[in-house]
Amino acid sequence: MAANPMNQFNVYRIGPEIKLGNVDISFTNASLFMVISTIAILIVLNLGAKKKSLIPDKLQLLAELSYSFVSKMISDTAGTKAKPYFSFIFSLFMFVLFCNMFGMIPYSFTVTSHIIVTFVLAAFIFIGVTIIGFIKHGLGYLKLFVPSGVPMVLLPLIVVIEIISYLSRPISLSVRLFANMMAGHTMMKVFGGFVVSLGIVGGWLPLSFSVALTGLEILVAFLQAYVFAILTCIYLNDALNLHH
Amino acid sequence: MLKKIIFKFLFSFVLITKVQSAENGGMPQLNPEFWISQIVWLVTTFGALYIILSKVILPKISDNLESRRSQILENIEIAEKQREESEDKIKEFDKIILNSKLEAKNLFNEARQKVLDDIDKKRSELEKNLEEEIEIAEKEIQNLNKSSAENIKKIATETSSGLIKQLIGEEINKENISSIVNDLTNNSKENRKNV
Repeated sequence: MAANPMNQFNVYRIGPEIKLGNVDISFTNASLFMVISTIAILIVLNLGAKKKSLIPDKLQLLAELSYSFVSKMISDTAGTKAKPYFSFIFSLFMFVLFCNMFGMIPYSFTVTSHIIVTFVLAAFIFIGVTIIGFIKHGLGYLKLFVPSGVPMVLLPLIVVIEIISYLSRPISLSVRLFANMMAGHTMMKVFGGFVVSLGIVGGWLPLSFSVALTGLEILVAFLQAYVFAILTCIYLNDALNLHH
Repeated sequence: MLKKIIFKFLFSFVLITKVQSAENGGMPQLNPEFWISQIVWLVTTFGALYIILSKVILPKISDNLESRRSQILENIEIAEKQREESEDKIKEFDKIILNSKLEAKNLFNEARQKVLDDIDKKRSELEKNLEEEIEIAEKEIQNLNKSSAENIKKIATETSSGLIKQLIGEEINKENISSIVNDLTNNSKENRKNV
């Protein structure tokens, strides 16, 4: 197992096989880490929200800082109209962040390193944003594909490009997160393998790389959660405030 | 030594890639065996997270933030009010001080005026009294001067006539004597003046 850096992404069943009709919905290690992340978020934020002191303690500060961080992010990118979607984007950010961060614990599992997970999230966002756009603007939402100030000659080409870029949003959103997580963890595993194979003599160099990579990966874990959330805000902004 | 390390480094990399290709597992992410399970659990956990956060926890945090903000605003308002009050008080205080200064000045001026008036009055009264007394005294002196000269002359004439009578036994004309006395007094007056 130690030899293959991709083995860390294996999904395996924990406990009995659960079947809903013909579909296997068994509890896996991925499910376990989704549950752990969710419970961790709820515990931390609930403890932080419990006390109502004027001068917050550490947990309260954590909860309030994340609240105002996401709140500021939304109001900066999508304006005040996006306020009803705050809870969703906050949950999304926290979920991705905690999944990424729990993935940094050795021998744990990174939920967001699976394309199916990130793709489901991204597809949900894509569909939701599209529905919101059509509800808010009716068919006028299609103006999104027709940027203003473009010469008539170029318009057909631009519209095609815009449609392709719009449709590729869920793919780019999901692949970005998944690829970052997978690449980072693979690289760490590879360097970890080097440490073992080079032994006490030569293992110090990859070990130092490993240490540096751990720091980098923690940064990436936060950054990708942030990027995921902020791109959602930007898509939401397109749907809410049609600029074109 | 270094060569050995580098060799080992590269060799292990080759080894790992060989092992990887040998296992041929590829990316477990693309194995659809547990896709449905992952989707189901993702929807369950994320849905639960969303519902609990949006219904229970986020309103609490928002309330906390809101109450803190309103508390801070309230405190700022109170502080502002108190500042204004204190400024008013300072103004009032300044006014009182200014008024009292003016009052003190007035009182001082009044008192000085009064004293000056009093002094003037008393002085003029005194002067008047003095003048009157001086006048009276001068008059008296004049009277005295007059009456004393004549009295002296009279007494002198009488005494001298008496003396002459006793010395000579005869009465001499009074007019002569008085003229002599007059001469003498005039002489003595001149003598006194000369002295």
